[in-house]
Amino acid sequence: MKNKVAYFGVFVALALIFSYVETLIPVIIAVPGVKLGLTNLIVVVVLYKMNFKSAALISITRILLSGFLFANMASIMYSLAGGMLSLIVMSVLKRTNAFHLISISIAGGVSHNIGQLIVAMLVLKTYSLIYYFSVLMIAGLVTGAIIGIVANEMLKRLTNINMK
Amino acid sequence: MELKKKDWMLIAIIVCVAACAFFLNQILRDTGSGSVVVKVSGKMEGTYSLREDRIVEINHGSNILQIKNGEAEMTEADCPDLLCVHHKAVSENGESIICLPNKVFVEIRSKEKSKIDALTN
Repeated sequence: MKNKVAYFGVFVALALIFSYVETLIPVIIAVPGVKLGLTNLIVVVVLYKMNFKSAALISITRILLSGFLFANMASIMYSLAGGMLSLIVMSVLKRTNAFHLISISIAGGVSHNIGQLIVAMLVLKTYSLIYYFSVLMIAGLVTGAIIGIVANEMLKRLTNINMK
Repeated sequence: MELKKKDWMLIAIIVCVAACAFFLNQILRDTGSGSVVVKVSGKMEGTYSLREDRIVEINHGSNILQIKNGEAEMTEADCPDLLCVHHKAVSENGESIICLPNKVFVEIRSKEKSKIDALTN
């Protein structure tokens, strides 16, 4: 791959901008922590156009940068847990070659929320948060589906570009 | 975008797990695991569980406390301002209802951590 550094720069910048755009969107649902997860779009696209390693690298870079810029250490921790779990789940599902991109994105969205919930339970040392579980799963399903549909359209238009 | 059978199965599994978690939570939810402590003039008058619905007469009937659905609420009082009656029902650890004229103090005590960090009375 020739332009690896350039592609990485573009994707990290895009992901970072998406994180910022997301902070501008008011929370629609009355459940704290539910977000659209626009940056997951970049992660999905990179996972398909490049590989797991690149997606992980871009995801971690994005989380650290946006964490320091717009949030705090605690949110970095939550984001890392969610982001890594979702990336691993998506990567494993993709390797089976049995699922459509949209369902992989859905699984990613759901596992992202579950990862964050687990960390929240460990940090707060309370299991009463478990009542969020079903809400966050459905939220992850919806946001994951939206991201999956958009990523699908994006990838259709990126077929001519070889990033491998 | 054509979703295959496996895709729908994955979505169905996610929805099923979420639904199961929701209903399990509804069943297991422990409403009012705490208790209500009633004090009059600083002296302990009694402790009542939030689990069983009952009506408590405090201070020989000057205040009536109702425990219902895991919440405690002052329903009647003979004080002039009725601040305690207008106070919302309490159920979380540390929440309290106070009737100053009658020196009645009602507080929730539960083992479960409160959703609130701290409380000033």
